[in-house]
Amino acid sequence: MVEAGRSPNIEILTLAEVESLSGKPGKFKAKVKIRPRYIDPDKCTACGQCMQYCPREAVDEYNERLDFTRAARIDFPQAVPTAYYIDEDRCLQLNHETCMICTNVCGPKAIDFNQEPEIRELEVGAVVLCPGFGNVPEEALTKYGYGIYPDVMTSLEIERLMCVSGPTEGEIIRPSDFSHPRKIAFLQCVGSRDVSCGRPFCSSVCCMYAMKEASMLKEHAPEAEIALFFMDVRTQGKGFDAAFERAVDKYGFRVIKARVPKVEQVDGRLALNYVTEEGTVHRELFDLVVLSVGLSAPEGAEELAKKFGIELNPFGFAKTEVKDPLTAKSGIYVAGAFHGPKDIPESVMQASGAAAKVSELLAEARGQDMVEKEFPPEDQELLEMPVRVGVFVCHCGVNIAGVVDVEAVRDYAKSLPGVVYAENVLYSCAQDSLEKLKEKIKEHKLNRLVIAACSPRTHEPLFQETLREAGLNLALVEMANIRDQCSWVHADDPEKATQKAKDQVRMAVAKARRLKPLELQKVKVTPSALVIGGGAAGMAAALSIADQGYEVHLVEKEAELGGHLRRVKFLAEGENPQKILKDLITRVEKHENIRVYKSASVENISGYVGNFTSTIKVKEGSKVINHGVVVVATGAKEHKPSGYLYGKNRKILTQLELEEKLSRGKRGLGKTRRVVMIQCAGSRGEELPHCSKLCCQQAVKNALRIKELSPETEVFIFYRDMRTYGFYEELYRKARNQGVIFLRYEPTQRPEVLKKGRGIVVRGYDALLGEEIEIPADLVVLSVGVAPDKENPIAQILKTPMTDEGFLMEAHVKLRPVEVAVDGVYICGLAHGPKPLEETLAQAKAAAGKAVIPLAKGFVEVPPIVSRVEEKKCIGCGICASLCPYNAIEMVKKEKRRKAQVIAAACKGCGVCGSHCPVFAITLGGFTDEAILEQIQAFGLPEAEESKEAELEKEAA
Amino acid sequence: MAKKSGKVLVVGGGIAGIQTALDLAELGYYVYLVEKKATIGGVMAKLDKTFPTNDCSI
Repeated sequence: MVEAGRSPNIEILTLAEVESLSGKPGKFKAKVKIRPRYIDPDKCTACGQCMQYCPREAVDEYNERLDFTRAARIDFPQAVPTAYYIDEDRCLQLNHETCMICTNVCGPKAIDFNQEPEIRELEVGAVVLCPGFGNVPEEALTKYGYGIYPDVMTSLEIERLMCVSGPTEGEIIRPSDFSHPRKIAFLQCVGSRDVSCGRPFCSSVCCMYAMKEASMLKEHAPEAEIALFFMDVRTQGKGFDAAFERAVDKYGFRVIKARVPKVEQVDGRLALNYVTEEGTVHRELFDLVVLSVGLSAPEGAEELAKKFGIELNPFGFAKTEVKDPLTAKSGIYVAGAFHGPKDIPESVMQASGAAAKVSELLAEARGQDMVEKEFPPEDQELLEMPVRVGVFVCHCGVNIAGVVDVEAVRDYAKSLPGVVYAENVLYSCAQDSLEKLKEKIKEHKLNRLVIAACSPRTHEPLFQETLREAGLNLALVEMANIRDQCSWVHADDPEKATQKAKDQVRMAVAKARRLKPLELQKVKVTPSALVIGGGAAGMAAALSIADQGYEVHLVEKEAELGGHLRRVKFLAEGENPQKILKDLITRVEKHENIRVYKSASVENISGYVGNFTSTIKVKEGSKVINHGVVVVATGAKEHKPSGYLYGKNRKILTQLELEEKLSRGKRGLGKTRRVVMIQCAGSRGEELPHCSKLCCQQAVKNALRIKELSPETEVFIFYRDMRTYGFYEELYRKARNQGVIFLRYEPTQRPEVLKKGRGIVVRGYDALLGEEIEIPADLVVLSVGVAPDKENPIAQILKTPMTDEGFLMEAHVKLRPVEVAVDGVYICGLAHGPKPLEETLAQAKAAAGKAVIPLAKGFVEVPPIVSRVEEKKCIGCGICASLCPYNAIEMVKKEKRRKAQVIAAACKGCGVCGSHCPVFAITLGGFTDEAILEQIQAFGLPEAEESKEAELEKEAA
Repeated sequence: MAKKSGKVLVVGGGIAGIQTALDLAELGYYVYLVEKKATIGGVMAKLDKTFPTNDCSI
């Protein structure tokens, strides 16, 4: 968020709405109406005086109406833009022409009641729609007593209640009597999978967020007992099943398979009546009921669709096609929940994908309207002055200040050698604080900075950039993590937490005094990409990169392109997958920017982001290519289960084998009278630990196909949880309506496939009937799941980490879902994790978008924290090169001697080399031995002082 | 044909809109990020902690 606020190429227009759009792709004209803020954001310093003196209360929408705020306000302290605004509907001056208190108290005279709405005409080449999601209908909530019984709350209200900056500062209390709830129930599928309120689809995210909220509630109130009521547990995302099970184990949640029809209030508690699968009726009392509210189409979606001339699906979300999932129509793209309910990683992925789509369309205009960010030259005079340290101690709202005595830490910092200035900051990462930081640097001539706040992992780059803006070298800042390491872990002992914070600040100051400026290096980028894997993901990524104007080398190990998709004959969405595949292949083979290598493999990849060199083995021999980035789309395999008589009887097939049969029409089915499908035949803990995500909709899709071809054929599906998330839920409903019979089983009682006489039977336990049943079958179809390539040679060559299951691991699950730990390498498709075609294609676009960033820039900036070898000291032993986990050290000959040399662009600054060098020839930028020793010595200081004092006291006594 | 524009309109300042804007800026385009509320951030800014890293959402 702050990053977007700081980019010179992003102009944020708040309180703004698009009125109309005209023109055509490449050249649109948009009319945007900007409502008045009544506070000039350029003048506003976010001091908060206006809000403090504003006499007019308003309901706090940001806090989900759980609290009151003022008519003059800011929604939250880290808001971007960091400027207050005046609520038109509540302000006394605007409604009754009386008050003006804020105008009088505002120091910088930022308040302007004469502001008028402004219309701006913007010329743009493309549009990306990300309006998010909207609310479920009122009746979906009121039927569970929401709005009637105060202790029935929504999931978003719980988020605010748990938040330390929320209305209760993170204390979990019941709205009715402010007591701490002992028993809490989560009701799933509120406003989802509910035909009665016009929301038949599944919202995809609620099962997972309920688990997260329940876990966080337990952290806040360990004594609380929590029960979660599910129809199906839909944790189909990557790694979600494992996380869910861990949480259930750790916190002892009760997972109940039941849909609660309504909530009643009895003597100040809430009564739930429910029927479990065995048919038993239960009545249980709870103190707090949380409604896991679903995701609806955004408000005003219809109007939006009209303005932009796009179509909506029957539920009011944007209508798109599988083959091009992010395009609403030419030049207008969608990303996020407007495309359908989805979680944060999916939304982030689609966002990158939509950016790639725009970049394909506007490739010729790239850079044309860009503003270069320029930093002032470094202030040499300031640097040459004796060390002047400034210490900024962050409150982080109450996150730090609620435990640590930040004022005492500040005063202590002032007493440290070298410190010329120290102050407290409410939120040091907020934009206005960063502006002030720059002013303070100038005002007090600071040339070393210590930020006592949170983790450098997340926030150091932000402060480094601020230093650069202030004309200081970015390496002259040191962070002390007094949030994670003090206020969070020692929340129960404020005194010691404060002491520890002082220790950390003292150590940081000691190190800061020794910090030296470091040079930021730029490395040129070879403007081409290597895409490994010629399946749907690889081809879609290759096409996007090529359309964005860069050369692509596409390597496929088989003789034909297509991968897994070649075996998929139908899609749940109704489109023809073989046509999608054919189009992809034709475009790839014809594209002037793409070179295809079939029956080929990648033998070796060396180098680093911007400058990779790879050897491709083809039939005729080897080929060496240079490229700037790598996209790994190596796919996965259909799992082959060892049980279920698979491979021993021709009546037992996998879903893909069934599809092959069904593609031949009714003929393919022959005289099949009864089909039994078994879900999770391999997945979710049998042979594969993970959920394969796509099998539930695949089974339902094929079941419907059977019913279509031969309505009299019976279809039974044994399942654990039907995970037909999102709009796939419609298929599930349709299948039930058409007589497909669904039988739930427990993992402890998996169905078995047995030979009986000349036939086959499936024996299983039906949880509803509560008894064992045997179903004779003409065909048994196994939903076998997706098996990763555990020995993925590409992952080994690139040294990129894999998950326990064997899929490629992303750099950050939420924020960097298509990148990996190695820079310049991007992932998509089944190699990243199981997913249906639509998600694969969107992810391929995302990987292409990310991969083009370094290509488009033409250079990569190397962070200055890299190793440096002092050549004179180096004895050429090679220990460092053998230990480096990133292949960032090479041994070279220099004047007939072997010397280690660091490839700066590949170095991650982990320091392994430096710590193992037997002759201390390697130092790490920003972490010199001198600075670290100083820091360690500072750690011991106060104890020495204390013992001295103790001795003195003893002597005095 | 008229020259294409190198500017892009992103409607909605939630996580999807912000990420789109950031990527487009990095890809060499100028972005207008239009948000109807007074601050960007959308629903994600209301979340206390996010799964699985439990990072602060802001």
